[in-house]
Amino acid sequence: MTLWWIGNVVLLLVIVPVVVILLRGVLDAAKKTSRAVDALRPVAEAASKDLDAVELLHTTQEQVSQTVAVVADYGGSLDTVLEDA
Amino acid sequence: MEAAAVVTLIAVVLVILALVVYLVAVILELRKITAGLDAVIESVGAIVSKSKPVNGVVESINKDLSAGTDLLEGLLDKKAGQDDAAGLVESLFPGAGASVLARQGRTGEVKNIDEVYTRGAVQLARLGRESPLGAGAMSGAALRDPTSSSAAARSLYSHPGSPVADQPGGPRHQPRSPTIGTEASKGVGSDDSDESVDE
Repeated sequence: MTLWWIGNVVLLLVIVPVVVILLRGVLDAAKKTSRAVDALRPVAEAASKDLDAVELLHTTQEQVSQTVAVVADYGGSLDTVLEDA
Repeated sequence: MEAAAVVTLIAVVLVILALVVYLVAVILELRKITAGLDAVIESVGAIVSKSKPVNGVVESINKDLSAGTDLLEGLLDKKAGQDDAAGLVESLFPGAGASVLARQGRTGEVKNIDEVYTRGAVQLARLGRESPLGAGAMSGAALRDPTSSSAAARSLYSHPGSPVADQPGGPRHQPRSPTIGTEASKGVGSDDSDESVDE
């Protein structure tokens, strides 16, 4: 009988608090993760919106090609016009 | 029922209650996390799909620009000479002269065009005046001050034996009228004839 009481005391004073503490830790971690995900969502949406301008890179590419072609033509003319060193 | 058994039952019920409450709360949080990650993954997928062509396009742009740079550097090399070309690029873009030298397959110190005014700089000035850039709007800071830079260069390059600007032989020299009479100079052809007149 005495051992049973000792077991009860250990159960109530040690095992129950330990179980509660561990479960609370898991819950806190889950809540933190949830908050982090909530904060991540607008960032990802904003990053996606920022990349809308990437489409313009194709225009930039065409413009650069045309500019370099013009520079090449201009360089050829300069090569003819200017005397060498 | 004995009191010890009742206490044991109460303790076990407490443990089970704690497990149920906390585990249900954890499950609810995990569901929220899953929903949030679903939304985030949608945006991340959009980021991935939008940034997919960036590498190819940027590489293509870099290739075109490198070709343009090589072309202009080649022209500059040909017109200004290799030394001056690197110096000119260095004077316009500090730090870039060394890479020009490296592309030329050379090492060493880049010539300082700010101090040494060379034929290459003259070529660059001609490029500036005759190109559409030189014919642009007159407002804003001057790209280059030909008078000052030329004066600075001339002060460095002036030969010690050559006349200064307002001395005989100099560009701004205006000879005085010849002296007539008894105080006239010894005559044309003598060594100090002009000089003595001016004095």
